[in-house]
Amino acid sequence: MTTKIIFIVAYLILAPFIGGLLDGIDRKISARMQGRKGPSVFQPFFDVAKLFNKEVLLVNKAQAFLVLSYLGFIMFTGALLYSGADLLLCFFTLTTAALFLVLASCSTSSPFSSIGSQRELLQMMAYEPMVILTAIGFYYATGSFKASNIVAGNMSAIVYLPGIFVGFVFILTIKMRKSPFDLSASHHPHQEIVKGITTELSGGLLAITDIAEWYENVFLLSIVGMFLINTSVVSIVAAVAVVIVVYFLEILIDNTSARMRWDKVLKLAWSVTIIAGGINLVVLQVLKSLI
Amino acid sequence: MNLNLIAFLILFPFVVAVIQKFVKNNKIRGGVTYIGAAAIILTVAAIAATWITKQESIELLVNTEIIDKVIICGEVFLVCLITYLSFKYKKYPVCLLSIVQTAMVIWVDVAGPELEEGAHLLIDRMSLIMMVIVGVIGSLICVYAVGYLAGYHEHHKEVEDRRPYFFMLLFVFLGAMFGLVLSKNLLWMDFFWEITSVCSFLLIGYTRTEEAVNNSFRALWMNLLGGLGFATAIVYTAVTAGTVDLGDLVAMASTGSIALLPIALLAFAALTKSAQMPFSSWLLGAMVAPTPSSALLHSATMVKAGVYLLIRLAPAMTGNQVGLMISTIGGFTFFAASMLAIAQSDGKKVLAYSTISNLGLITACAGIGTSETVWAAVFLIIFHAVSKSMLFQGVGSIENSLHSRDVEDMGGLLRSLPKLAWIMIIGICGMYLAPFGMLISKWAAISAFIDSGNVLMIIFLIFGSATTVFYWSKWLTKLVSLKKVEPVKNVTQKNQMFSLYIHACAMICLCFVFPLLSAQYVLPMIEGMYGAAAPVISDGNLYTMAILLVAIVVFPAVMYLFTRNMTDEYTQSYLAGVNTGDGSKFVDSFGGEKDLVVSNWYMDGIFGEKKLTVPCTIISAVIIVVMLCVIMGGAF
Repeated sequence: MTTKIIFIVAYLILAPFIGGLLDGIDRKISARMQGRKGPSVFQPFFDVAKLFNKEVLLVNKAQAFLVLSYLGFIMFTGALLYSGADLLLCFFTLTTAALFLVLASCSTSSPFSSIGSQRELLQMMAYEPMVILTAIGFYYATGSFKASNIVAGNMSAIVYLPGIFVGFVFILTIKMRKSPFDLSASHHPHQEIVKGITTELSGGLLAITDIAEWYENVFLLSIVGMFLINTSVVSIVAAVAVVIVVYFLEILIDNTSARMRWDKVLKLAWSVTIIAGGINLVVLQVLKSLI
Repeated sequence: MNLNLIAFLILFPFVVAVIQKFVKNNKIRGGVTYIGAAAIILTVAAIAATWITKQESIELLVNTEIIDKVIICGEVFLVCLITYLSFKYKKYPVCLLSIVQTAMVIWVDVAGPELEEGAHLLIDRMSLIMMVIVGVIGSLICVYAVGYLAGYHEHHKEVEDRRPYFFMLLFVFLGAMFGLVLSKNLLWMDFFWEITSVCSFLLIGYTRTEEAVNNSFRALWMNLLGGLGFATAIVYTAVTAGTVDLGDLVAMASTGSIALLPIALLAFAALTKSAQMPFSSWLLGAMVAPTPSSALLHSATMVKAGVYLLIRLAPAMTGNQVGLMISTIGGFTFFAASMLAIAQSDGKKVLAYSTISNLGLITACAGIGTSETVWAAVFLIIFHAVSKSMLFQGVGSIENSLHSRDVEDMGGLLRSLPKLAWIMIIGICGMYLAPFGMLISKWAAISAFIDSGNVLMIIFLIFGSATTVFYWSKWLTKLVSLKKVEPVKNVTQKNQMFSLYIHACAMICLCFVFPLLSAQYVLPMIEGMYGAAAPVISDGNLYTMAILLVAIVVFPAVMYLFTRNMTDEYTQSYLAGVNTGDGSKFVDSFGGEKDLVVSNWYMDGIFGEKKLTVPCTIISAVIIVVMLCVIMGGAF
């Protein structure tokens, strides 16, 4: 019980720092890839601090509490994971959290944030099957949905789940809203949808969505780590290494690809889910029936 | 338990129906409906209360010669009615279906093989659940209908006012449903089964427009086709096993002492009644009727009769070909219907597809037929009944006030019709969001499907739930959106709001009492069916759900209080600097003013009916035909 609480508290306190730092590193590496020097890795923290000092302009009163609820439920999701809870429950809560952001953005009736939120819903539809399949895969591999049991196996889950790992990393790009899947909140302003889902958020509220995103990224990368972690210490080192590689891969993809059309995103994500995830599952099922 | 109470429950709605037919005054009709509904709810409560004190299944009525004769008369009456109407509207083939199946059933009854004596009625946990759903939700829909039809006939002057007839049908429907869920004897069940088919046929045709007549006949022939399956199953069982008892049949089929054919045929009948693909079109067509009848068909009665029968059959479907057929059709329907729902903007049509989709999930659970999936199916039935009834009534009231039921017209509803908007929000959240009821059941279904090792089912389920999230969420975004709207007069009457509020309370309470209901009631029921039952979702997870449930209500509320006075400064949304006036218009490239219109995504090119309906119907029809052939091959 005490370890549980320590884990939860550690996540709630450390996640924004790790997430922010990762964001800073992302910007630094991206800049280098584009032949620029780039800002300090602590720039995201300065940005957020500055945003908090700015005035909040609202279109609809509801925006404020919806965005705060979004942050709250993202934190809740991460806390659930670090308390060792059921993975499916974590993912369901994550969906609920994501919906709060969509509602906040839609409540303004701004055309830019509306198109952003419709696209966000589409992205959710694109990655959701793979997300649930990941939880199911873990169950096949370790016999449990509980995060605490999944990381306590003798063998890393990735041994059984190579396909599902690939599928999850694939949808991670959609989930992190990185190019070529940055449909809902285009990376850069001055594009056709402005900043999509966050267009109508300003000041502290925008800062809160940033922080929520940091929490979310740490949550998602933790899932990536879970593919490797088992009882041995080596696996933890391996997990950290894999997480770093995956994150670097996301940055690389982000910087080398142009945005995709929404229908392509849907078809591609579902195809990857069926091919990588589905086949992996069938193989596991066959092995299970043989043994 | 006394027989009188049960007899009263089945017969009383028919008595009220007859009274309704002769009441011409609207006020008196309202009174009769309220009294009827109250009496039904009280009777159900009394039966439930007496049952709880004893907690054992009860079988009733062994010698029923006189009642059997009455039922034969009733069946003959139904055949005559269908024949008359099919000739009147020149839809001749339909009456053949009816005549053939009734002849078969009457033959078994009168001249058939010697049948084992046995009880005709059974009150157990399952029938009690259905009784409560039909009694409470069905009665509330009747109460709602009083106000709804008053508004309906004010706006639809072109439709002939046949309210006495409409209310008669509603109550006949309830009576038939009680009969159906309490019958143990297949002959009796078939009789009530046929009444519900005919009732829904008459309700759908209420407006007598060409569309309504066509749709009602489509509903009729599809359900009669199922009825034919039902009748064939009865004849087969009577001839080969000498019994027409549902419990005996299921027990024999589970042990393999009778072929699976009758189970397959009964399950086929259930598929038609529950509007599974390829028979889903009748339920979509049923929307032409006034909304209370849709609410009744979709939530408490008609379609639930089908899945009720499937749950009864579930132990005989575990791991065999029938189970494979039913679960495949169910899983496929779950996924296909939820995709089709995406491209719809007509509110009632979205609800209709969602009903088909959710019933698909229940069907799939029943088809897999393990104790875990049946647990999930039972809870899906309960939660779906409450949510869907509430949503239909909500849309009906919105339509009466707004003169449109298009989701696109519901922008800004939270401002123009706040009460109804909240009802819709609660109903929609209840359909798919963590931590509400439907999601818990879906969660259990996922876990149970994995244990059954059926990868195809898992694929259907994960894709189906992704598409479900999409179509509900976008409706939700419309409700909360900010839009300058003309003030709308809320014409919803008190009786309608009464029904809606009770639904909303029931929905929220159910989420809280859910663990208790599971442990005290449903698990023992599953144990009775399978001999053993383990909780599908562990207690720990249920507590987490409870915390989440509190969080989802409390957290946004607290945040609202916090941020209420965050700023006084409200701004217009960003429109690239071309907004005019209050921000609801903008300057177009010709310098003129244009209204700003924000619309949801429907993706007709991918998920449209034109694109998907035909392939889905063909695929599902092929599955059924092939599987039925395989099963028949095994029988002879």
